[in-house]
Amino acid sequence: MQVATDSAGVHRKRSYWNDVLKRFSHHKLAMVGLSIIIIEIILVVILPSLAHLNPYAMDAGSGFGAPPSKAHILGTDEVGRDMFARIVYGGRTSLFVGLFSALISLAIGVPLGLLAGYYRGFASVTVMRLADVFMSVPSMILVLVLVSVIGPSIESVTIVIGVMGWPQFARQLYGNVLSVREKDYVQAAIAIGEKNRRIILKYILPNAIAPVIITFTFSIASAILQESGLSFLGMGVQPPQASWGNIMYAAQSITILSQKPWFWVPAGLALLVTVLSINFFGDGLRDALDPKTKV
Amino acid sequence: MGKYLIKRFLVIIPVFLGITVLVYCMASLAPGSPIELLMSDPFATEMDIERKRQELGLDQPIIIQYLTWLGQLLKGNFGISYRTYSSVLELVASRIGPTLILTVFTTVLSLVVAIPLGTMAAYKPYSVWDYASSGLSFAGAATPNFFAAMLLIYIFSIKLKILPTGGMYDATGPHTWGVLLRHLIMPAVVLSIQQAGSFIRHMRGSMMEVLNNDFIRTARSKGLREKVVLIRHGLRNAMIPIVTQIGMNIPFLIGGAVITEQIFGWPGLGSLMVTSIQARDYPVIMGITVFVSLAVLIGNIIVDVVYTFLDPRIRY
Repeated sequence: MQVATDSAGVHRKRSYWNDVLKRFSHHKLAMVGLSIIIIEIILVVILPSLAHLNPYAMDAGSGFGAPPSKAHILGTDEVGRDMFARIVYGGRTSLFVGLFSALISLAIGVPLGLLAGYYRGFASVTVMRLADVFMSVPSMILVLVLVSVIGPSIESVTIVIGVMGWPQFARQLYGNVLSVREKDYVQAAIAIGEKNRRIILKYILPNAIAPVIITFTFSIASAILQESGLSFLGMGVQPPQASWGNIMYAAQSITILSQKPWFWVPAGLALLVTVLSINFFGDGLRDALDPKTKV
Repeated sequence: MGKYLIKRFLVIIPVFLGITVLVYCMASLAPGSPIELLMSDPFATEMDIERKRQELGLDQPIIIQYLTWLGQLLKGNFGISYRTYSSVLELVASRIGPTLILTVFTTVLSLVVAIPLGTMAAYKPYSVWDYASSGLSFAGAATPNFFAAMLLIYIFSIKLKILPTGGMYDATGPHTWGVLLRHLIMPAVVLSIQQAGSFIRHMRGSMMEVLNNDFIRTARSKGLREKVVLIRHGLRNAMIPIVTQIGMNIPFLIGGAVITEQIFGWPGLGSLMVTSIQARDYPVIMGITVFVSLAVLIGNIIVDVVYTFLDPRIRY
């Protein structure tokens, strides 16, 4: 965390973040969400090598689309691959796409929002109108078209969802910067002739960034949902690579839907629990970052 | 009011032009143009390709190409579908009705659920109502609509056999309102899950704020019944942020309709979009995107007009 260099500033900052931590740890749902996310991260990182999971190996012995058994606790899919292994690897995909596309949105949106809010005038008109353009087209449609143009893969999905998500960050930061730049300390910095770059990075960014953390959290959740939706339509992560969306893509026919629930229920629940946990976390963060929330 | 509307329409012109640029850029990045198709033909000569290029205007600079396309677009000529060889405008127009029915019904459904729940949650915070409604909105925001759709089909179509799995009408049989409603109910519920969740949260927040106002205390001290206080004095004021939410939700609603329509075989713009993308039918893809964006822009203006009915203090 970049904080003000003078000792008083450091002290005040630390106590604010201490309060945030305290408020956050009192938020029960947020702690539940955080625990589930941590467990999930550990599972998708460690479990595959620990339990020798292979999401690509076809087990002809157990049969295609076999129901859950001792050998395959969640059964096998239509070509005899272990469903549990595919769910775990699908989790890797979801968390990867969610995290990195949110980072891309942040990396584009934050600088644009800063510039628009600080320089106002031409910069803000350009950036905000551009944001309007992007937000007027349903993002699902933009993402779908762009992914189909570039060619669907985990990388293209991540990049496209990330690039299309920038307006939220830009708008959020723009609003914050507008109010922060009127603060006395910023006006003082301008008056003593500090360089614009220094004012933006040292005085404005640290004081305008907190709400962006909330946006970042929710943006991970929405990226995970978008990826799964694309993969469900067959326009996202391509098989054999596993994704919760493309696992469920295989269950679209009525026969599979009714007779082989292990094809789609576990993946759907995994998706639901993950997004729910991230949202709980984000909600707790929102309360924790708000100084008005009582502990 | 008239002056304000004109101003609003003038503001959406640059945004609309921006959207057309965006859409045109995306489509021109796309592989599989008619020229490439011709180039893969072993009997096509250099001259054939050149002639085709001139015929399609592809020898012009990209800006001229864009302006030509835009000019045609403004005249209502969206081009010809690569897939069905019919006019894109007609294809899109034939799908607007079903999507409109679905999205409007979904919004009404979301409001019918969210207004009472959100109001009760705000009226009695930390009551059963409050926990139920916040649980519902959390679950709504986290449920992927295709998962919800599969669950509903599993329960209501396969196990209970009371609702059809898809389509807008039965393959045979009359096209009546009753049949339509039976087909409409599941896609609309799926699509409204997320929307209702967000409406509930906003309804609770805005109702809580309104209930803290002096005029509510005045209304109570006049001896008005709680129902009147809540509905006439509370609800009317609390609805304003919800109307904003309806406007802001339009893009998400249409985005969600893409997947929902595809699953339920609903013959709207969303399923046309998926079919066109699978067939790389770019004129249709561009047509839908431009049309939908225009609908979003105009939808937001309509929302602004609705404000004036809800809050007479707002004058344009």
